[in-house]
Amino acid sequence: MKNYDIVIIGGGPAGLAAAVSAKRNGTDSILILERDKELGGILNQCIHNGFGLHTFQEELTGPEYAQRFIDQVVELGIEYRLNTMVMDISHEKVVTAMNKEEGLFEIQAKAVILSMGCRERSRGALNIPGYRPAGIYSAGTAQRLVNMEGMMPGREIVILGSGDIGLIMARRMTLEGAKVKVVAELMPYSGGLKRNIVQCLDDYGIPLKLSHTVVDIKGKERLEGVTLAEVDQNGKPIPGTEEEYSCDTLLLSVGLIPENELSRGMGVEMSRVTSGPVVNESLETNIEGVFACGNVLHVHDLVDFVSEEAAAAGKHAAAYVKGESRPGSGRRITMNPTGGVRYTVPSTIDPERMENELTVRFRAGAVFKNCYVSVYFDQERVIRRRRQIVAPGEMEEIRLTKEQLSQHADLKIITVTIEEA
Amino acid sequence: MEIRHLTCISCPMGCPITVEMEDGQVVSVTGNTCKRGDIYARKEVTNPTRIVTSTIRVKGGAEDMVSVKTKEDIPKGKIFDCVKALKGIEKEAPVKIGDVILKDVAGTGVDIVATKHVEKA
Amino acid sequence: MYDVIIIGGGVSGAASARELSRYKIKACVLEKEEDVCCGTSKANSAIVHAGYDAVPGSLMAKLNVKGNEMMEQLSKDLDFPFRRIGSLVICLNETDMPKLQELYEKGLKNGVRDLKIISGEEAKAMEPNLDDQVCAALYAPTAGIVCPFELNIALAENACENGVEFRLGTEVENIVKIDGGYELHTNHGNFQTRYVVNAAGVYADRFHNMVSRKKIHITPRKGEYCLLDKTAGQHVSRTIFSLPTKYGKGVLVTPTVHGNLLLGPTANDIENKEGTNTTREGLDEVITKAGQSVKDLPMRQVITSFAGLRAHEDGSEFIIGEVEDAKGFIDCAGIESPGLTSCPAIGEMVADILKEKMRLEKKEHFIETRKGILDPNTLSTEEHAELIRKEPAYGNVICRCEMITEGEILDAIHRPLGAKSLDGVKRRTRAGMGRCQSGFCSPRTMEILARELGKDMSEITKTGGESRLVVGTNKDRL
Repeated sequence: MKNYDIVIIGGGPAGLAAAVSAKRNGTDSILILERDKELGGILNQCIHNGFGLHTFQEELTGPEYAQRFIDQVVELGIEYRLNTMVMDISHEKVVTAMNKEEGLFEIQAKAVILSMGCRERSRGALNIPGYRPAGIYSAGTAQRLVNMEGMMPGREIVILGSGDIGLIMARRMTLEGAKVKVVAELMPYSGGLKRNIVQCLDDYGIPLKLSHTVVDIKGKERLEGVTLAEVDQNGKPIPGTEEEYSCDTLLLSVGLIPENELSRGMGVEMSRVTSGPVVNESLETNIEGVFACGNVLHVHDLVDFVSEEAAAAGKHAAAYVKGESRPGSGRRITMNPTGGVRYTVPSTIDPERMENELTVRFRAGAVFKNCYVSVYFDQERVIRRRRQIVAPGEMEEIRLTKEQLSQHADLKIITVTIEEA
Repeated sequence: MEIRHLTCISCPMGCPITVEMEDGQVVSVTGNTCKRGDIYARKEVTNPTRIVTSTIRVKGGAEDMVSVKTKEDIPKGKIFDCVKALKGIEKEAPVKIGDVILKDVAGTGVDIVATKHVEKA
Repeated sequence: MYDVIIIGGGVSGAASARELSRYKIKACVLEKEEDVCCGTSKANSAIVHAGYDAVPGSLMAKLNVKGNEMMEQLSKDLDFPFRRIGSLVICLNETDMPKLQELYEKGLKNGVRDLKIISGEEAKAMEPNLDDQVCAALYAPTAGIVCPFELNIALAENACENGVEFRLGTEVENIVKIDGGYELHTNHGNFQTRYVVNAAGVYADRFHNMVSRKKIHITPRKGEYCLLDKTAGQHVSRTIFSLPTKYGKGVLVTPTVHGNLLLGPTANDIENKEGTNTTREGLDEVITKAGQSVKDLPMRQVITSFAGLRAHEDGSEFIIGEVEDAKGFIDCAGIESPGLTSCPAIGEMVADILKEKMRLEKKEHFIETRKGILDPNTLSTEEHAELIRKEPAYGNVICRCEMITEGEILDAIHRPLGAKSLDGVKRRTRAGMGRCQSGFCSPRTMEILARELGKDMSEITKTGGESRLVVGTNKDRL
């Protein structure tokens, strides 16, 4: 069996940033396991621009952003294996992986960083009725076909879901010569960035129908058309509002699901809200020495924040391996998301073990305008930040300092909430 | 007097902005909540530009396609001319990030450059 | 001229073909789809029924019980997954007890072994997720579950290996009586044969009625299903039925042989013989009714839904035998539930009929067994490592949900009657059948198919015909 200090599962943006950070924080023995034929993960197919404004202060495309980190991985001499699938991780951190060259092999890790990313929700998960012809793709699968293989999945397109991938693909397909007829969104608001709505839909005159969904799929062999209908407040189709669209392709951009089969297999505790691991201030799961970051932890909208989060995970993993800075107080402050805040990452904070500043990320469950994001230490309000808008589509963050927490010796619960102005 | 309606892209608010114009000059900007909206609207109605990204085929590469972009913004009205100019263009591997794929695309004065490394097969 | 042409490559046709291939015979299967197992056989509950439902004395009753008995050995011979997990018909209301008793007695008459009625408490002890109202249940330990694709494909492959021809993508358009047999007109030419086996599923009435004045009528009876992720597969460990109605056995909840949870079917008579679309009402009904017999169903774990069509004949009975006014034309019609269970016995019965008529002689070298596609997870670590050393493709995972490797996909493509489409690969290997529903692996599987079949990506289909997956290349219409 091979031995590494840190094994990183997945060589996408999270895995790369975690590796670079772990190395810079003093761990030499690092191995990245990547299932695809190249590092960079989903960024390789995200050929649009808009990445890196926070990290590099310039606007990059996905592959360019990935290459910046790949270059660092190579410069730092960090080991990686491509075309390698991790089959299993044991509770004792034995990683079983497989590839063509080495066959089935095991690695004993001191620490594991989970950075497997996420997958797209499929048609089946939505229970959309109708036939099951060719021509129904998740937006990301279509993105791969167009951007990596140069193949057109179809000519006349309807998109369900106005998440960013759906919006990006609306523009992408248009610029490759397809006709995007409409983007339908179940919710009364779009889950995508405003910039993408304007630059991917409005620029090309593609209509966005909010509170609409697909209620029927036609075509036995290749898709021939879909029926859209308006939905009521509970998301139920309203009879009489049906509209037929002829199309040969339906793209689905209806949500991302953290890919945690390996985490579950090793006994990592999961959050029902994020479908990702429950982590503490060190982004460490309930299994000591197992860390999580990026979309496997919770789905992000900006890769810059993935890199930032992953760098923190890498740093904590390096510290864990060295056995330093882990005295811990044994105290656990519980984060309490409420009043429109769906979850927080992390879920608990050890006030001794936390760094001087800790970023707490969260998402709102609905659109709130002209509101406050407030933080309470037990009953006492310590942060109250005025916000024009808080929306589910954009991840939020607050920063807590060690100093703040140290002023509240018996602090048990930190509540994060959205309050009306 | 010409009236233009825009959605601000500076933040999730997405303020609906109304711009009044006369002879190609901005007379007033209303509907924005903050200054960023004003700046965005003035640029968008006078000189809207975009970065365009696309792909082209690679010959003899480890991958079939390489992603490309306009090195700088080009006028919004030139987007389709730009992608049409890329039709049929092939590049021999290897390709490096930053390699110029097409000079002065569609008369914009802007080059198309590669955004990905593609090794030889 | 063929000795026998079998119309239809579903389980009935494939089982008949396999049984006939024991004899010295020139036989051919005509299948309108690009693969076997594309109709009723691919979309059903995948249950091997114990046999208490069918009317005592009926052919259905006889073949169900016999097919159930044959299934285990067949699964070993032909290497397809079968598990005898048992079933419970649950009774939620004391007033329905007579119906449960009636089922039990029918079972006894049909010769179902080890049947018993158990109390609500006993049932709950066996299946803790049963609805709290359960007051009694009929327990049938002989019931089982099977992989219908692998069963069908295994039968066809074995028949093919034993010399039966398969003409896929060949649709019978007309049947003409000729001297000493029949001529079948298809989209790929005419074929003459001495005997015809009509195993055409929902289309069996069409072919029967071409040769006989005594018309039969088959109604496509739609059944809709929801399939749940493997994380939900443990929710029940046996097949749970509610009490049957006149439309069939009602909505069941069952684990599948691959560890998913399956809910369904509904039962709606329709006109369209290709009407395999799901409906909002149908799926809602599945969810509601499944929830009446089993509690806390994790409906967030649904990964897909589908519909199948039962070939319901007006007489609610299998019609197997020579058509009275059409000598040499053997019907194998009205094969609805328990058709999948019965198929080994159906095949045997069809072969026996023809053996008698044609005085068939046994072949000397009939190949009794067939090896399925190797599942590397059944190997020891050493064997697994050795396999990848010899064939590195087994180290390359293509479908990450089901952990299916390139090695398995290559096997599926290159074996007899190999896969030609994405669904062909899926039904043989499970690649694309997992929780992401082929989002990740479909472009990769398409590439492998194109490479191995010497085709362009644009020619690769989801399931034959016009179901092409890509329509051109970037900017080709700009």
